[in-house]
Amino acid sequence: MPEAILRVEDLKVHFPLTRGVMVQRRIGSVKAVDGVSFSLQRGETLGLVGESGCGKSTTALAVLRMLEPTEGRIVFEGEDITHHDVARMRPLRRRMQMVYQDPFSSLNPRMKVRDIVGEPLVVHGLAGDKSKYRQRVADLIAMVGLLPDMAERYPHEFSGGQRQRIGVARALAVDPGLVICDEPVSALDVSIQAQVVNLFKDLQQKLGLTYLFIAHDLSVVRHISDRIAVMYLGKIVEIARRNELYKKPLHPYTQALLAAIPIPDPVLEASRPQQIVSGEVPSVLNPPGGCRFHPRCPQAMPRCAEEEPALREAGSGRTVACHLVH
Amino acid sequence: MAEPLLSVRDLTVSFRTQRGLVRAVDSVSFEVAAGETLAIVGESGSGKSVTALSLLRLIPDPPGRIDRGEVHFGGRDLLKLDDAGIRSVRGDRIAMIFQEPMSSLNPALTVGLQVAEPIHLHRGTPWAAALEEARKLLEKASIPDAASRLGSYPHQYSGGMRQRVMIAMALACAPQLIIADEPTTALDVTVQAQILALLKRLTRETNSALILITHDLGVVARYADRVMVMYGGRIVETAPARELYAKPRHPYTRGLMLAVPRLDDETERRLVPIDGQPPDLADLPPGCAFAPRCQHAMEKCRVERPALEPATAQHFKACFADA
Repeated sequence: MPEAILRVEDLKVHFPLTRGVMVQRRIGSVKAVDGVSFSLQRGETLGLVGESGCGKSTTALAVLRMLEPTEGRIVFEGEDITHHDVARMRPLRRRMQMVYQDPFSSLNPRMKVRDIVGEPLVVHGLAGDKSKYRQRVADLIAMVGLLPDMAERYPHEFSGGQRQRIGVARALAVDPGLVICDEPVSALDVSIQAQVVNLFKDLQQKLGLTYLFIAHDLSVVRHISDRIAVMYLGKIVEIARRNELYKKPLHPYTQALLAAIPIPDPVLEASRPQQIVSGEVPSVLNPPGGCRFHPRCPQAMPRCAEEEPALREAGSGRTVACHLVH
Repeated sequence: MAEPLLSVRDLTVSFRTQRGLVRAVDSVSFEVAAGETLAIVGESGSGKSVTALSLLRLIPDPPGRIDRGEVHFGGRDLLKLDDAGIRSVRGDRIAMIFQEPMSSLNPALTVGLQVAEPIHLHRGTPWAAALEEARKLLEKASIPDAASRLGSYPHQYSGGMRQRVMIAMALACAPQLIIADEPTTALDVTVQAQILALLKRLTRETNSALILITHDLGVVARYADRVMVMYGGRIVETAPARELYAKPRHPYTRGLMLAVPRLDDETERRLVPIDGQPPDLADLPPGCAFAPRCQHAMEKCRVERPALEPATAQHFKACFADA
């Protein structure tokens, strides 16, 4: 088995809920991520999907150590980074970078593109002499499909797709092993999405990158991922290789999610069973007991309300947390 | 063919901006039949929302202005009505559902009051009876425990429930036409499916026509009878949904179909992006707006704008190339 670049074990991220202004009393906690485990092999893309509030972005921020995990372990390139402080994280930040959702707010409007792309090199002391630095920035800009003269321009002069390319160039400047992409194409127009998705795929092949790809659009995730983890209310409910997940989803939530997504083919849609799951994602403040999906689950049994199903092997490298399966 | 419910002729809308006059919608003509679902598809800046807003004269003026055109509905030209006249149509004969339910609901009024208001205003129904109507409408929109939720405020509803309220409100006066502008874009995937299925079911039951504005080709395939594709403020193609997907004739439509990943695609097919950038409305090329990105563009495409012409009886395209 190839080496895992990232291992996350039973990760929990809880935020305290307080009351009072002067004297803050702790009255509970928001369990945004509540026991999440997965691993990522080098060169692989793991898709992380789920609806709002499922904890997918919080998981990403905890892995990057931009949030303090409450419990669990994060092992990156063989090093346990769960409780690393800022100073110990700094050299590691080179190895893990992030591409954000909104290419409009994640780029400094007062910086030229060449400075935005080159800044991580300066921060990490990798800039070298002037000519080397300039060359590296020019290479990065070319690598993401932008033109050399664009380096002298400001972010507002670019369209959404081009800005996302700038964000990618910046993330890749320090030559990271792991790139965490948080909804990187969801703010883009359909015709531009494909350009950026292809760019991610090409760069992965060229540079051997590992992606943790967070998105809510399951069509895009299927296209780009090797394996997919489905989250619901702070938990992973199912992990499987992409074709297995789409052909035979085991968890009722995965089934509901897939059934909800329309396919751009009217003939096919007319014959597709329209099983739409009822209800909405409950508040993370007060998640249901037992299996968190049971109040909406069309196949729920009495046991599901009582006992929380564990994420367990369900054959051929796939895992699922459901009493129906085990 | 029977008289269409809505007939739009040569609608042209501009906005005055710092960069000059921007033509957001340019010479758009289309019809909607009674009970039909027409999807208007396009990317940001294609003019799909401005088209819809202009039908009810909801364009902020200034900076916007309807330059010319006609919107025939119920034997009248909506663009020629006075303010009182258009108000009597809005929410009564034609209702609108917006993308963001929180900003379309009044946070300081109870939901019951807001759903009852159009019934009271347009029908003259006394408030008590209108509130009873509102309860029935909320039930129809599958809001559980509707009677006790009449007195709740919008912030006490979830995003999906708020959009159900918007649907109940839109249906209040049994409109002949509902315009839904990206009604589910702000919602989660499973809730999206619930809301669209509800909207489709209720419009079918009441035989209301629906104009569904979306950028999602999957949503179009699931719900639309007919599709109108917009690009750079113009209609580039329009056809019955099945025909459009089976045989897209405009290079832009074909490009879109190849660019979107499909949930049921098992191959590792490489997506085929549409090269280049969406058009800048303040600086449109003189010819076809898609020409700079089009693989089939000819000399003619760069100087002359193709008109929307029939390829078959129901399939129209605005393109000089033969396809």
